[in-house]
Amino acid sequence: MPETTRFLDYAPAPESTAILTLRESYGLFIDGEFSDGHGETFPTISPATEKKIAQIATADASDVDRAVAAARRAYSRTWSKLSGADRGKYLFRIARLVQERARELAVAESLDNGKPIRESRDVDVPLVAAWFFYYAGWADKLDYAGLGPNPRSLGVAAQVIPWNFPLLMLAWKIAPALAAGNTVVIKPAETTPLTALIFAEILQQADLPAGVVNIITGAGDTGSLLVNHPDVNKVAFTGSTAVGRSIARSTAGSGKKLTLELGGKAANIVFDDAPMDQAIEGIVNGIFFNQGHVCCAGSRLLVQENVKDEVVDRLKARLSTLRLGDPLDKNTDIGAINSRAQLERIREFSDIGEQEGAERWTADCEIPKNGFWFAPTIFTNVSTSHRIARDEVFGPVLSVMSFRTPAEAIAKANNTPYGLSAGIWSSNGSRVLGVADRLRAGVIWANTFNQFDPASPFGGYKESGYGREGGRHGLAAYLESSGWSVAGRVAPRETGGRVAPSPAHIETSPSTKKAPK
Amino acid sequence: MTRLAVPKTYKLYIGGKFPRSESGRVYEIATAKGVFLANAAKASRKDARDAVVAARAAHSGWAGATGYNRGQVLYRIAELLEGRRAQFVEELRQGEGLSESVAQKQVDTAIDVWVWYAGWADKYVQVAGNGNPVSGPYFNISTPEATGVVAIIAPQASSLLGLVSVIAPALVSGNTVVVVASERAPLSAISLSEVLATSDVPGGVVNVLTGSAAEIAPWLASHADVNALDLAGAGDLAGNLGWVDLQIAGAETLKRVLPPESGVPAPSVERITFFTETKTVWHTKGII
Repeated sequence: MPETTRFLDYAPAPESTAILTLRESYGLFIDGEFSDGHGETFPTISPATEKKIAQIATADASDVDRAVAAARRAYSRTWSKLSGADRGKYLFRIARLVQERARELAVAESLDNGKPIRESRDVDVPLVAAWFFYYAGWADKLDYAGLGPNPRSLGVAAQVIPWNFPLLMLAWKIAPALAAGNTVVIKPAETTPLTALIFAEILQQADLPAGVVNIITGAGDTGSLLVNHPDVNKVAFTGSTAVGRSIARSTAGSGKKLTLELGGKAANIVFDDAPMDQAIEGIVNGIFFNQGHVCCAGSRLLVQENVKDEVVDRLKARLSTLRLGDPLDKNTDIGAINSRAQLERIREFSDIGEQEGAERWTADCEIPKNGFWFAPTIFTNVSTSHRIARDEVFGPVLSVMSFRTPAEAIAKANNTPYGLSAGIWSSNGSRVLGVADRLRAGVIWANTFNQFDPASPFGGYKESGYGREGGRHGLAAYLESSGWSVAGRVAPRETGGRVAPSPAHIETSPSTKKAPK
Repeated sequence: MTRLAVPKTYKLYIGGKFPRSESGRVYEIATAKGVFLANAAKASRKDARDAVVAARAAHSGWAGATGYNRGQVLYRIAELLEGRRAQFVEELRQGEGLSESVAQKQVDTAIDVWVWYAGWADKYVQVAGNGNPVSGPYFNISTPEATGVVAIIAPQASSLLGLVSVIAPALVSGNTVVVVASERAPLSAISLSEVLATSDVPGGVVNVLTGSAAEIAPWLASHADVNALDLAGAGDLAGNLGWVDLQIAGAETLKRVLPPESGVPAPSVERITFFTETKTVWHTKGII
C-alpha cells in the first residue's frame, strides 16, 4: 500500500449487539398484540454473515383479513373519534420513543439490512424520529394542508414497503397516515422485517390504541393479499416499477386511493464549473450510499466532456479509500448487499455491461468470506442504449457518460421512462436553476445529493410513480378534500341547465357532496 | 326567395390544422329531432396517434411559456367565444335540442369557465407549491408543473360546456391535450377548435378528435407517450366503454388517471393540480 494511504488502516470498531434483546421468533402484530401467522414461517438473516437472526411469521389470507378487520374496527371505534391533538400526542410519543431506543434500532437495522451502522445511526433512525415528530404536529392542523376546511381521512391504509430503508420507509408511510386520521396495515419487506417488529413494541410502549397500526410479515403474496383486500381504502407502495404497475392494474376501478413510489435511474449532471471536491463526494454519496440500494440513487453520471477524465480519475482514487465490510463496524463505508437474489441481479447487470462493451473498473477491496458483497464499480464508455444506462441496477454500480452542452445533458438526463430524482453540480446559480427547470424529475439536488427531510416532498414523475411523501404534500395522499374548490357537479341535461356552474358560485358554496366513510 | 345556406364541413383538429380523418370515415350527426346536420369525421387509431405526436411536440413550448402568457391566451379564448356567442347558442339548440335560454346559459358559463381558469395560470403555483423548512443549510422549494400530454374523454351530454370544463384546467399548467369530443354532439367541439385556432393557442396544444370514443380511447389509454388520462366522460358511455379497462391499460406506463364524473365537472383547483407534478429542488446554502 502506498505510504500516503496507510493512515486508512483502522482497527475493527464494531458496534455491540448486546443492546438488542431479540426474540427467537416473531409473530404478526395485529390488534395491539403479537399472534402466530398461518403461513410458513421463514428466517430473517444477516446479509453480512448469512446467520439467522430470528424466525418470522407469514400472514396468509385469513391473517390479512384479521389485520384489516382490526384496522377497520380501530378506525371506526377509536381513531376517527380522537381529536387531531390527541392523535398528534400519540405520534409525538412515538417520535420520542424512537429517539430513546435509537441505538438499538440502528444496530438492529444494520444487522438485518446490511447497511453500515454509520448510516443507520446517523441517517435512517434520526430521520424516522424526525418524520414522526413532523407529522405529529400536522394532526391538529389539517385545515391548513391546502385541501380546504375539514379534509377527511380515508379509512384503512394498506402499505407495502421495501428493504432498502426498512424502518425509514415504515415511518414515511405510518406517520402521515396516522396524522391524517387513518389506521394502517403495513407489510415490511420479506428480508428486512426486524425493525418493524421492534417498532411494534414501541407502539405498545406508546400505548397506541389496539388496531391503529397492524404489522404483518411475509413475502410478495402477503403484500398482494393486503393491497387487493376489498376493505382497504388506500394503498401506498414503495418498491419496483414492475410491482407498482401490477398494483395500479389490480386496484383500477376499486376506488382505492393509490400512491406509488417506484424505481429510478437518476442522472447526476456535473458541469465543468462544478465545485469539484464537493462534486466528487456528492457522486460517491449519490450512488454508493446504502450500497446503491436507493431508488433515487445517482446511477447515471453525466460529466461535461472536458472534465470527464479528471472526474473519473478522482472518483477511482476516492473509491479506493472506501472501506467495505462489517456493517456494524463504525468505520465501514460500504456494507453488505441485502440479499443473495439482489447480489445476483447486480452481478448479472454488471456482466451485461461488460458484454455490451462498457469498460468496468472495480475498487480493489477485500471481500469477506461469508455474506453478500459487491465492491464499488464504475462503468465508463457507456452509451445511452446500454442496459446499465437504462435499467435500475439497485446496487453500487455507476455508469459514466459525457456531454458537451447543457442541452445535451438535459436531453440525456430526461431520456428515461423514470423521473424520480436528478443532481446538478455547477457553481453557476443561473445555470443550476435553468437546468432544474427542464429536468423531468420530482426531486432535484443541486450541489448536493440524497438529502431527505420530513418537510420536503419526495416522489416521481412518469414511471417512477405518483403522489408525494413528506411535507404538506405528503398529507394529500391520506386525505380527501371536503371540497372548497369543487362546487358540486352539474348535469345540464338532467336539470335543464338551471344550475350551470359559475365562478361566483364556486367561491361561495363549498360542497359537502362526499359523506364520511 | 330564401337564400341557400352554405353548410360547414366539420373535420378533426390536430396540430393546429383541420384534417379529415386519415381513414376517410365520417358519421352522420342529426338534431335531437333527427334532422341531418352534418357528417362529422370519424377519427381512427392513426388520427389518435397523430394527435399525440402533435400534443407532445407542442408541450415544451406551452409548458415553457410564462403563466402570465398562458393566462392571456386562455382569456383570449373567452373573448373570441363571446364574439361568436350566437353561433354556439344555435349549435347547441340544434345539436343538443336545448331551449334558447338554456343554450345561452351554457355558452355564457363556458365563457366564464375560461375566464376563471385563465386567472389561475399565474397563481396555481403559489397555491400548490411552497418553500420547505428543511433541517439543514439548504434552500428547498416545491413547485407544481405540467404532467405532459393529457388524453381526455369529454363529457358526452354537454358538448360545449362539458368540453371546456375538461380542457381548460388541463391547459392552465401547460399540459397539452388530446380530447375525444361528445360522440353524439361533436359539432360545437369543432367550432370551438376554430376559436382555439384563432386565439393564439399554439397548434398542437389542443387536439380534438370526433368519432367513437369506445374505438379511440383504448389507443390513447395505452399510448406510451400519454402521461395522464381524464376519463370525465367515459362513464356516460357505460356499456360500450369500460373505463376500468382504460385505467388498466394506462397502468402499463403508470398514467395518472382521473376517473369518470357524471355530468359536467365543476371548475376546481384540484382539476388543475391533478395534472401537475410536484418538483422539489434543493440547493446548498453557503456560509457568508
